[in-house]
Formats: sequence, C-alpha cells, structure tokens
Amino acid sequence: MQRSNGYIIGFAAILTIVCGGLLAFANQGLKDSQDKAKQLDTRKQILSAVTSVEGIDINKVYSERVTPYVVDASGERDKYKDIDAEGVNTKKEYKKSEVSEKRFPVFEYKGENGELESYIIPVFGKGLWDDVWGYIALEKDMNTIKGVSFGHKGETPGLGARITEPEVQARFIGKKINDGGVMFIKGEGVPANITSADHQVDGLSGATMTTKGVNKMLDSYFGHYQAYFDKKR
Amino acid sequence: MSEVAKSEAAFSKRRVKLISNPLNDDNPVTIQVLGICSALAVTVQLKPTFIMAVAVTFVIVFSNLIYSIIRNAVPGRIRIIVQLAVIATFVILVDQVLKAYAYEMSKQLSVFIGLIITNCIVMGRLEAFAGSNKPYDSVLDGVGSGLGYSWIILAVAVGRELFGSGSLFGFKVFEAIFNPINSALGTEWAYTNNGLMVNPIGAFMLLGIIIWVQRTKSGYVEE
Repeated sequence: MQRSNGYIIGFAAILTIVCGGLLAFANQGLKDSQDKAKQLDTRKQILSAVTSVEGIDINKVYSERVTPYVVDASGERDKYKDIDAEGVNTKKEYKKSEVSEKRFPVFEYKGENGELESYIIPVFGKGLWDDVWGYIALEKDMNTIKGVSFGHKGETPGLGARITEPEVQARFIGKKINDGGVMFIKGEGVPANITSADHQVDGLSGATMTTKGVNKMLDSYFGHYQAYFDKKR
Repeated sequence: MSEVAKSEAAFSKRRVKLISNPLNDDNPVTIQVLGICSALAVTVQLKPTFIMAVAVTFVIVFSNLIYSIIRNAVPGRIRIIVQLAVIATFVILVDQVLKAYAYEMSKQLSVFIGLIITNCIVMGRLEAFAGSNKPYDSVLDGVGSGLGYSWIILAVAVGRELFGSGSLFGFKVFEAIFNPINSALGTEWAYTNNGLMVNPIGAFMLLGIIIWVQRTKSGYVEE
C-alpha cells in the first residue's frame, strides 16, 4: 500500500514529537537523581585518595570533613570565594588555553579529631587512548603524597588501566612532590634530576605511554598549585 | 486480551515456541551470529553483563510491543527510520535511568548502552517479526530473543570473570576454595589469573566453544 507524501511527513513529525517529548520528560524527571549520583561519584573519588571508602556514608563524611575552595595558578584564593569548588569541571579547565584562566579546586580534608590532615587536588591529562584523571592527597606539609586515586576513560585493560589498581596507587604513598615532582620510571631513561627514590615510582611494563601521560599530568598540575602552596607555607 | 484467549491460549504451543526457539535452535547470537560486538565488549565481568542483558531485553520487548501496535500505520517507505526512532527512544530511556540509579554501572558500560541502538538483534526482530505480527506475539518474541541473547553473554561472562579475574560477581571464588585448604594443609595453592580472558580474544574463544558445542548437539549446519 503506497501512502501519500503528506501522510509520511505527518507521521514522521508526530513520531518525532512523541519520542522527543517522552525523552525530554524523562530527562527532566531524572535530572535530580543523575546530578546526585554524579556528585556522589566525584566525592567518592576525592575521599578515596585519603581513605578507604568501603562501607562509609560518603556524603556524610564529605560534608563533615571536606572543605572545598578554588585557587588560581598565581596562588590567589580570596577572589574565588563564590565559586563552588565541587562544580568546577576539571576537564573543562584543562582545555582552557590560558593558565591564568584556569581555576583549581583544593579539597581540605580533616581527620577524625577535626584537625587538618590533608590537601586533595584534582589532576587531569591524556593517557595513551583517552583522558586520565585523578585526585592526589598531600600531607600537611604540602610535599609528601598521602594517597592517590586515578581514573581513566579508555586505557588498555591489563596494561595502562592498571593505574586504577590499589597496588599501583599505593606506590605513590610517601613520595615527595617538591624539587623534581613524582614520576613513573622505567629501567632506562631516568631524568638526571630525579635521582632520589623519593621522587620515583616503579613504572608499569607495557604501559609506557599511559605512564608518560600520568607523569606529564602530575608535573603540570603540581606546577599549577605550586604558587598557592608556596603562599600557604 | 479476551479475544485472544478465545481464539488461542495465552501460552499455546506456538507461543511457547516463540520464546523457546531463540533460546537454543534459533539463538540470535550463536545461530544468527548477531550482536557479537556487545557480547565481546561488556562480558569481562558478570555485573555489567547482567545489566546489559536486562537492558537489551527491556529494549527488545518494548520496541517490539510499540512497533507492533503501530505497524499498520507505519508508512513502508520510512519503516526503518521509524524502527530506529522507537528503539533509540527506549535505549536513551535506559541510559538515563542507569545514569540516575546505577551511576557506577553506567560509567562502566559507557557507550555500549547507547550502542544497543545498533544491535542487529533488536532491529532484526522489529523488521522480521513485530512488523507483521500482533502485539502479544511480538512481546513473546522479544522476551525470547532477549533471553536468548542474555544467556549467551552471561555464559561468556561467567567464563571470562572466573578465569580472567578468579571471581564471580566480584566474589573471589578461587581464594574461597583454596584458602581453607591451604591453611589446613600448609600448602600455597592459588589461581593465577588468565590475562587472555580479560581481552576480547577470550570472549571470541568462549563464544566459539559455545557455538561448537551447540551445533554439535543440534546438528545445525550453515547453508
């Protein structure tokens, strides 16, 4: 049965309106839950840099222990009082071309006795295939690494994707970021200024490109936060 | 439904066949060899595989239902586009719900939920069945195809997670078996994870074995 062109166009239009309307409705209805789920995930990543997140009430711990704020690459903090640090999208900031335009969140973490225990900073970069990111927790001295949590979008499973394994992340604990930074190293090609074991992290064989990406990411972000940490000290 | 009941029982022989055929003799994955891409991509662990199986079944059943209801109004010349629109709507719905209530899973499955749209099984059922059958039969057909797809990818995932990570649904199976034996006998038995199974190659091999066993049993030959 051949139908007229008018019927076909009318049918397509109605179908589009019905489907589109349905999806818009669903999107509006679910938006709150989606935002909450996303926020919870971010908070989980932040906290997992300093503590085990197994079986804790993430939102409760976060709101009790974490004080977020925003700084810029020159170490300025007061100017950005009104910015919600949690809402700062690290990927968007990463893409801005001018360093002075970028905003850098800091998450201060208090221990159980209410005393400042750690500074947590987000980092973002490119691995071999796609984005890599993470949160680095520093001790009070703003030099020693207390813990890290990395994430990635598409690194090779079993090779580059190992940066998310607890065993690999534990290798960063206790390393110093000042005077040379911290980097994954392989047997050969250790840069001359990275002589002390304090700055070296055992690399991942088969994941050279991913670890290079992580090194570059850490190097640039430690640089961006340097001014603020210097001021704070 | 009462009219249907008069003419044909809700689970007549023919209708039971609609569900049971895709499970084995006419399985969408192993016999028709459709939907392979997601069978390789999501089956590293059981949990995301399970979510994927539920998602695909949901999409097939409801797309089949809706398309069957509107089948007589759909202009033949744009029917493929209409099918895509119906499927895409359900896929996006699933994606949105996962983002809201199972964010972790949604992150893991990432693009593969969206890619259900291109899963040949879904469109194949709409074109081959729902377009020319009544809604109730189409739903049964959708359930059959969905379960047929589900049990295959779950079987592959059991093999891949068990031998690739030594666990099932995250539960460390080999540790649970070996630890009591080790502490009793003083031995140090352990299972070394097989990296091959974590790679898509592992899924190919397992899928091949399933197809081999199934075709040996049923005597099915490719014509």
